[in-house]
Amino acid sequence: MRKITSILLVFCLAPLVAFASGSDVKLDHAQIHPSDKLSLQRGAQTFVNYCLSCHSAEYMRYNRLRDIGLTENQISDNLIFTGQKVGELMTVAMKTKDAKQWLGVAPPDLSVIARSRGPDWLYTYLRKFYRDESTATGWNNLVFDKAAMPHVLYQLQGEQSLMVKNVDDGHGGTHEVKELKLDKPGTLSKTEYDAYVTDLVNFLVYLGEPAATKRVQLGIIVMLFLFAMLGLTYALKQEYWKDVH
Amino acid sequence: MSKRLESMIGWIDARFPLTANWRAHLSEYYAPKNFNFWYYFGSLAMLVLVNQLLTGIFLTMNYKPDASMAFASVEYIMRDVNFGWLIRYMHSTGASMFFVVVYLHMFRGMMYGSYRKPRELLWLIGMGIFFVLMMLAFTGYILPWGQMSYWGAQVIISMIGAIPVVGETLSNWLLGDFMLSDAALNRFFAYHVVTLPVLLVVLVVVHILALHEVGSNNPDGIEIKANKDPVTHIPVDGIPFHPYYSVKDIFGVVVFLMLFTGIIFFAPEMGGYFLEYNNFVPANTLQTPDHIAPVWYFTPYYSMLRAVTVNFLWIDAKLWGIVLMGGSVAIFALLPWLDRSPVKSIRYKGPIFKFALTLFVISVFVLGYLGTKSPTPLYTLLAQIFTVVYFAFFILMPWYSKIDKTKPEPTRVTE
Amino acid sequence: MADIGEKQEMNSRRRFLLVATSIAGGIATAAVATPFVLSMMPSERAKAAGAPVEVDITKLEPGMLLLVEWRGKVVWVLNRTPDMLANLKKLDSQVADPKSEKDQQPAYAKNETRSIKPAILVVEGVCTHLGCSPVYRKDIAPADLGADWLGGFFCPCHGSKFDLAGRVYKSVPAPTNLVVPPHTYLSDTTLLIGSDRKETA
Repeated sequence: MRKITSILLVFCLAPLVAFASGSDVKLDHAQIHPSDKLSLQRGAQTFVNYCLSCHSAEYMRYNRLRDIGLTENQISDNLIFTGQKVGELMTVAMKTKDAKQWLGVAPPDLSVIARSRGPDWLYTYLRKFYRDESTATGWNNLVFDKAAMPHVLYQLQGEQSLMVKNVDDGHGGTHEVKELKLDKPGTLSKTEYDAYVTDLVNFLVYLGEPAATKRVQLGIIVMLFLFAMLGLTYALKQEYWKDVH
Repeated sequence: MSKRLESMIGWIDARFPLTANWRAHLSEYYAPKNFNFWYYFGSLAMLVLVNQLLTGIFLTMNYKPDASMAFASVEYIMRDVNFGWLIRYMHSTGASMFFVVVYLHMFRGMMYGSYRKPRELLWLIGMGIFFVLMMLAFTGYILPWGQMSYWGAQVIISMIGAIPVVGETLSNWLLGDFMLSDAALNRFFAYHVVTLPVLLVVLVVVHILALHEVGSNNPDGIEIKANKDPVTHIPVDGIPFHPYYSVKDIFGVVVFLMLFTGIIFFAPEMGGYFLEYNNFVPANTLQTPDHIAPVWYFTPYYSMLRAVTVNFLWIDAKLWGIVLMGGSVAIFALLPWLDRSPVKSIRYKGPIFKFALTLFVISVFVLGYLGTKSPTPLYTLLAQIFTVVYFAFFILMPWYSKIDKTKPEPTRVTE
Repeated sequence: MADIGEKQEMNSRRRFLLVATSIAGGIATAAVATPFVLSMMPSERAKAAGAPVEVDITKLEPGMLLLVEWRGKVVWVLNRTPDMLANLKKLDSQVADPKSEKDQQPAYAKNETRSIKPAILVVEGVCTHLGCSPVYRKDIAPADLGADWLGGFFCPCHGSKFDLAGRVYKSVPAPTNLVVPPHTYLSDTTLLIGSDRKETA
């Protein structure tokens, strides 16, 4: 009996080890801090400057950005370039039809992109663009082969190119390793660019679930309350069960 | 009790059997006094049912069952509706926890022989609940109209098309279209919020009525009604459900809520198992996601569906897969007649049953794990082996339960 | 243990735990009910749709009425002529609440003309009786409204009458004056309806 219970518990917990990702490129870990409001604000700035011209975030309202420590005036003065009101959704000026013509596919909405792709994928993707003359945009990506999106941030990161090396695998054979080399430096150093992307990814994660911070805060209160309830109900149960034992 | 209250209750009792029902189902329903950990899950299933009904009602206030608006309306709930995120997570986590609780409840029945005479009908009603629950989960998962909603439903609907002769007509009838579309979303919504919940609630009431007719089983698998006090006619090993099991269940509820709210507040996606990552991509009818897997509670059956790769007799592999998947669920209903052991509880059953049950549990978990993975030749082979193990547990039961060495049952329940 | 029923007793510890658990359970129930109740309040979308509206009143000639939609209601912006303003005083004895004592307007509109700028009336065009929208009748002494009619608003549903400051006449079904919504002037000719704080524009 006991044994079955413990076996069951082990099996219950085993599958909770995270899903394996489908991509064969190792993803770099995005060291984001959802409580770092300055990072979120920098990310928001990057987002509206670079992403929002082609992508929408049409489930998100501008004035929701009060969450990350901005006032409505700051939002409408610094983050809205479309003449919209602060209560409106972060839609995109570019028409879907035009976008399809220019890029081949309509750029996806980014509201919940961090929830479907995960922060690590986004962090790696935004740093792994390289020059590839065979594609329509002249850009390719290590994580997302033949991505329709050009490298929007290349002036900051610089231009990279792909190098394929054959590395001895230790068993007498070789295997291919793809690496990127920086050909033309951008305005930011590698560390600065990584930090820049981290801020953006941090913002995208916030964008995916704006209520996340509130959720955790509320959760702690609920847990504390339940702990108190636990003691109380246990004592009540023990008191009544004196009759039975 | 004050005089006033007493007279008020008297007024009601003259018109509605309030006190009589209170006694029959709570204060004078005698349950065996030796319930253990496994006996929490019935009342917990009830709690989750209430949670689903309540949160479900509030979700329908803002959800739009329209293929062009469904995904957006879910995000609207998550962002724009006050506390909408909480209500949605309570519902999505509740769906998974419903299966956790019901699976444990069923496993309890399997361990202690709760399906044996006189509880066969109780077990069958329970199977009905399980079936409705699966339908609810399926129809509910379609509603957010994400990629997994769409393609998961597509796979299930395709199975109906595999039924010989009538399959295609039947699937067109179910979908109200020649493909999965707005028409299907709209009617699945109707099933999910009206038809199935009503059916579920009715079945749960019937389940409890049947239980209170035959009385609860217990870890010893003996009938407490066989040993009644000669004067009071109360089972000597029975204690009134209220207050003893009501206070015990309340404690169980708090423990459960800690786990439940822990998931809601700190890990609502549960690593992609409760809310799948791909379902955060709006449904795209032209592009299947790289990797599609059902939600965790369906993965064992899904594994079995994929396990059949050869045509056999005059039936092709696809239909066999479907038959096997349906059979893997339906076969539970036969348990009362497959078990030929002279004793009910695992405590007095022999080593063969314990071994068989352990193997069965392992096969469920392995099949469940494989169902989340993309098929590879090794995985398919494993799925085939464990599908055989799964079915062998049931099919061989009449034989092994009979030859198994059992221990004598006690006459009184043990502590 | 058939005698368990008799063994049930209510000692003080049991009673205390029972009461304490019941209270905690009551708190828990109230706490769970709160988000459900609050979820039925206007959502962020509704709030955004009900955001303050900017109105340009440059072209609003004296005597003209402008209809503005705010939160699905009609808001009237009326540019009153000096004659109209003069007439208001004469009606003090005929209206129910001449000094706007009842709380139907923000403090800055609690004056003789019920407005910020004397000429410009901003008032919700919703009858305080049962929500119909009254009709603007600036004609003096028409046949249907009587010889002493000095211009005002007439509700066709149940015959309530209001003067040109939105004050309700005595002995009509409507109980109170028309509501003055929060509003402010962003500039001399730009009116903001729905908020009296300039920064939320």
